[in-house]
Amino acid sequence: MSIQKFSTIISTAVPLKVQNIDTDQIIPARFLTSVERKGFGENLFRDWRFDSQDNKIASFPLNDPRYSGSILVTGDHFGCGSSREHAAWALYDYGFRVVVSSSFADIFRNNALNVGLLPVKVSETFLARIFTAIYENSGMAQFRVDLESQTFTVLGNGDTEYFNVDSYKKRCLLMGYDDVDYLLSIGDQIEDFEKENE
Amino acid sequence: MKAMTLLDKIWDRHVVRTEDGGRCVLFIDRHYIHEVTSPVAFANLDKRGIPVARPLRTTATADHNVPTTGQELPLDDPKARTQIETLANNCRKHGINYFGMQHPNQGIVHIIGPEQGFTQPGMTIVCGDSHTSTHGAFGAIAFGVGTSEVEMVLASQCLIQEKPKSMRITINGLLNKGVGAKDLILYIISRISTSGGTGHFIEFAGEAVRSLTMDGRMTLCNMAIECGARGGMIAPDETTFEYLRHTANAPADFSHAVEKWRLLNSDPEAVFDREYVFEATDVPVMITYGTNPGMAININGKVPANAPADALAYMGFSSGETLLGKAIDYVFIGSCTNGRIEDFRLLARLVRGRKKAENVTVWLVPGSKKVESLIRQEGLDQILDAAGFSLRQPGCSACLAMNRDKIPQGCYCMSTSNRNFEGRQGPGAKTILAGVPAAAAAALTGNISDPRILFNTIY
Repeated sequence: MSIQKFSTIISTAVPLKVQNIDTDQIIPARFLTSVERKGFGENLFRDWRFDSQDNKIASFPLNDPRYSGSILVTGDHFGCGSSREHAAWALYDYGFRVVVSSSFADIFRNNALNVGLLPVKVSETFLARIFTAIYENSGMAQFRVDLESQTFTVLGNGDTEYFNVDSYKKRCLLMGYDDVDYLLSIGDQIEDFEKENE
Repeated sequence: MKAMTLLDKIWDRHVVRTEDGGRCVLFIDRHYIHEVTSPVAFANLDKRGIPVARPLRTTATADHNVPTTGQELPLDDPKARTQIETLANNCRKHGINYFGMQHPNQGIVHIIGPEQGFTQPGMTIVCGDSHTSTHGAFGAIAFGVGTSEVEMVLASQCLIQEKPKSMRITINGLLNKGVGAKDLILYIISRISTSGGTGHFIEFAGEAVRSLTMDGRMTLCNMAIECGARGGMIAPDETTFEYLRHTANAPADFSHAVEKWRLLNSDPEAVFDREYVFEATDVPVMITYGTNPGMAININGKVPANAPADALAYMGFSSGETLLGKAIDYVFIGSCTNGRIEDFRLLARLVRGRKKAENVTVWLVPGSKKVESLIRQEGLDQILDAAGFSLRQPGCSACLAMNRDKIPQGCYCMSTSNRNFEGRQGPGAKTILAGVPAAAAAALTGNISDPRILFNTIY
């Protein structure tokens, strides 16, 4: 067992209304020099959060006192670019448990699922309504992410959308299992396959 | 029998079992690792007391964080030193073949895999690096993975993956003179967008693709990830076999291997989930103007009216203007996109007898020790040196600026690499992606120049 079990989340959300956010923005390469998985949250969105003198950039949503919570809501095509899992680690380490967008880059989506960060893909119209709820309530709007029923709900008005998640990965997240546990359990089958295909 | 795509043929042969919901346990033939995305995977295995299942299927090198000068000296960057030593130790402990900085096979992981013949048609190949798509040029399913997946492959030689959708991009006819694989892929990304390939594997087909050398095909597949695809692939043919025949790890019974490899192509009736067709003669010399690889235009064109304002603000460009004549501060030639020997042969041919512009710093970073030694053997180093270029040692270098090869804040860099994201080449650096000829032209003139005009007489 090596990921945290994912349970229903009720939280406010941080809006980051930018499309095509690449993993170099999520965590720049110069912060990938560690051999351990810790402390990446400090450098999450480093060059958007801080200027070159390490002063906070007030206009960036993560620095805006109105916005907080374990849900990050972003523009379309989140997580493109490099395969660095450090991007998912940085988001998780910072405190996010859910990222919501109208689409995710493939590698990022897999990485997120593998570390227990839930990527929730919603329709463009629903995404727009989530942003509206955040802005209109100055960041106080609450949302519920229910993995069991695969629903994302704007609690203020009950607006709900169903989201897809692979049934295998859903089980892993709910139980806190990772793929290594499972792959080791079918070791004999893998060995037979390899012999047959030699 | 149902007509199959190349993707189907390779994928289906590697499925160990299928889970409820459709995810497949996929057997991985070849695994490449490097110093940045592997240490946490090894540490987790150690923590769980799990050995590496099949160490002979993994090959390791140090590339992302190595310096590109003084590789023979002790590393003075403590963090890089720790990462590289950790990789060396992990490989020693688990019996994994490791090409460290002093090894003649060291280089960028996507350059050395093909170069050494570890990458072969019909294989499934993964690496904790998105540009693993490069290896698809040999007719393989090759894709980038994260560190958890590196751990899975080390532990079991398998991954649990959704089967991607299939896409075919056909390029009819031959490319115009002076237009290369880099221009072609930038053109394709500009047409289908940086997310156009999401969820898909792209098979590149058509006369323009068939006529590319292996080096060109690798450039094309390398950037398949930049349109969001899981990977790119090209059916193997005589060009592929000829390349592999001379590699160190070519199969012992080569003709038998070729017989099997010849079956690796999409059936004529195969149906793809998506298809695009482009005409090769429509592809110009391309450069980027913005902050993702899809923001690319004809080098003689104008920045589009609908270009995103934040990208233009970052780059210091405006809609409607031409980029020709804009001053360039740095030129970077290298990376897994354009750091192979053909790139340096072309560069030397273009700049022979000329001098770089005074205002430009030119970094040449060979993709591997082998590329570096060929540059010297063929005397290209003398031509490049006389032009005032600085030939450095192999690594990823300024492509992602993890090491000290950073483009200074605010400077423009014409780069043969693959990503022009904000800060990719250093905080505040402004990257313009291009092929080797456009980069060579910028190095000589000090500004953005059409290489077909500058080099008209020699290419």
